[in-house]
Order: sequence, then C-alpha cells, then structure tokens
Amino acid sequence: MYVIIAGGGKVGFYLAQELINGNHEVLVIEREAGRCKQIADEIGEHVMNGDGCEASTLDRAGVVRADLVAAVTGDDEDNLVVCDIARQRGVPRTIARINNPKNELLFKKRGVETTISATQAILAQIEQELPTHEMIPLLQMHSGLELVEIRLPNTSPVAGRSVREVLLPPESLISLVVDPGGVPRIPSGETRLNAGDALVVVTRKESLEVLRESLIGATHGLDT
Amino acid sequence: MNVMIMGCGRVGARVAGILEELGHSVTVLDMNQAAFSRLPEGFRGKRAVGNGMDGPVLERTGIRDMDAFFALTQGDNRNYFASMMAKEVYGIRRVLCRVYDPGREQIFHELGLETFSPTSVGAQLMVDMLLREKGR
Repeated sequence: MYVIIAGGGKVGFYLAQELINGNHEVLVIEREAGRCKQIADEIGEHVMNGDGCEASTLDRAGVVRADLVAAVTGDDEDNLVVCDIARQRGVPRTIARINNPKNELLFKKRGVETTISATQAILAQIEQELPTHEMIPLLQMHSGLELVEIRLPNTSPVAGRSVREVLLPPESLISLVVDPGGVPRIPSGETRLNAGDALVVVTRKESLEVLRESLIGATHGLDT
Repeated sequence: MNVMIMGCGRVGARVAGILEELGHSVTVLDMNQAAFSRLPEGFRGKRAVGNGMDGPVLERTGIRDMDAFFALTQGDNRNYFASMMAKEVYGIRRVLCRVYDPGREQIFHELGLETFSPTSVGAQLMVDMLLREKGR
C-alpha cells in the first residue's frame, strides 16, 4: 500500500515508522524543514518538505497513486483540507485525526472514512472509570468472552427477580453477586437480585449491549 | 436577510456595516472582543465572541437562522473549515469563503464552495490600472 501521511509530529512519525515496518510505502509531508531533517535521520527518505494542504504538494507526492492519505496534524481545519483534496484527486481512503470531537460530524459528512479522536478515546476511558457508570469491563479473555461488573440501578428491570427469571444473551452467565454490604455469593437459580447488587457477569463481547439492556434497562438519555 | 460574518477584521467590519445599511440583519463573530471596535459607529447588529469552527458556538450565535455566512478570518483553511460546516452541517444557503492563496482558492472552489480571492482580484485590478491609458 502507498500511504501519504500529512503532518510529521509525534502521531505522524510513529505512524510512518509502524507502516514502514509493515512493508508499506510511506511518505510523510511536513511543513517545517527542520522537523523533516529529524524525521529523515530516523526513517530515511520517506519524508517530504511541504504543505500538505496545497494541491500542488500532494500532486508532487504522487497522491493520484496513493491508496490511503492520513491527515494527522494538530489542526482539524488542515486535516479536513488535506482529506478533501486527496479525495478529489481520487484517493480511495482518507483518515483524519480529529482534535475537537465536536468536529466529527463534519468529517463524516465530507466522506472522510475513518476519524480518530484522541480526546474522544481518553474521554471514553475516563467515563469507564467513573463510579456512576453501571457497567465496568473487568477482563477480556482470548476466547472472545468478557468479564464485566454490573451494578443494578433502582430502575433495573431485574431488581426483585430471581436469577432463573433473568433473560440473558447466549453464552452469558451471572457468576457472582455482591450485595450492597459487600458480601459475595455464588448465585443459584433461586438467588434474588436487588437494586444495588454488583454482579460479575461473563458474556460475549458482541452481547454487551443486550446484556446492558436486560440488566440495567434502557440506554442513558432515553428516559421516556 | 440574516447574515453571519466570521472574522471582524477590516473587511469583515466593512461588509457588516454595508449590509446593515442595506437593511440586513447582521451577526458578527470573532475570537477577540477588541476586534469589534472596527465596526462602524452605531452598528446595531449582534456581536459574539467565539471560535467559528466550533459547532456549539455557531449554534449559540444563531447559525440555524442564517440565510448567508461569510468566512473572513486570516486563515484560508479555517475559512474553508467553517464554510463547510455552515454549508454541510447547518445547510446555510449562501456561504462565501475568502481565500488569500489563489491556488487554494481554485481547489476550494472545485470542492464546492463559493470562493473569493482578494489576492487574485487585487493583482488583476492593479495590472488593469497600470495598463489603462490615463484619462480614458
């Protein structure tokens, strides 16, 4: 694959290194001549000094035969310009790094296929750690199974029901019930579930959303 | 018409004044409060401080009620980005994008924007002035 990377900052540099290691043809376009030299010292001739937001620069980089253009500068406006020009030149796939998550909609509307937001990724991580969050991933197993902790909210549709009555997705199992006092029990079919209980559940990765719905109830924001 | 102008520099302030004089309702958006001092005396339109590339800022400023949007900041790419946002996300009917770099203006135009390059227009004007016979 021929990949053009616009922006030779940390993201662009490490991305280039990985792709070169994966035997791809790579060219980094970087505006600053000094930074270009640094990059060239590390990865050789896979770097070009220029402004990736200019069509003429992209043309010089051979954009017409690129399989993919990744725009990874720190400025969303520059990344959009790079991707839009690349697609206009016929590049089949464009990927943009998004710095302000609110900008994602515009990139999608412009047909930038994949958008990656470091901010969004970190935010997702933080949200997972928040204690108010009702489903916490504990462990991912190689078999594709996942261990999650679920705290039953007051509005849980299974509060007051026995384990036998709970409809779980296939290959899912409630393996531990910890009551609000912190006492753990291995549940039987007769075990009654109460709001405030923490359940440790084994499930398949693809069943997480179904599991959430059956144990926690409607998704956040859908209060009606 | 309801018109939003992003970037209250000399040109933005002037466009705002002219449009208001013609009876249009003008909203001016700039990151810097001090920029509004360029607006003509007695300007009655709305002044909003904020980044025009930010959706929530545009929404707070009333982008959804606009008939037209001018992108007049100093950055060509910023103008492109904001123009695309106005056009594609908010469906504004008329979006005018200023682009200093003539090369970039051409490609932005090809990408679907109504563009204007003061560099090209100014250069042509100056050449015309020089070559025009005096007194004609």
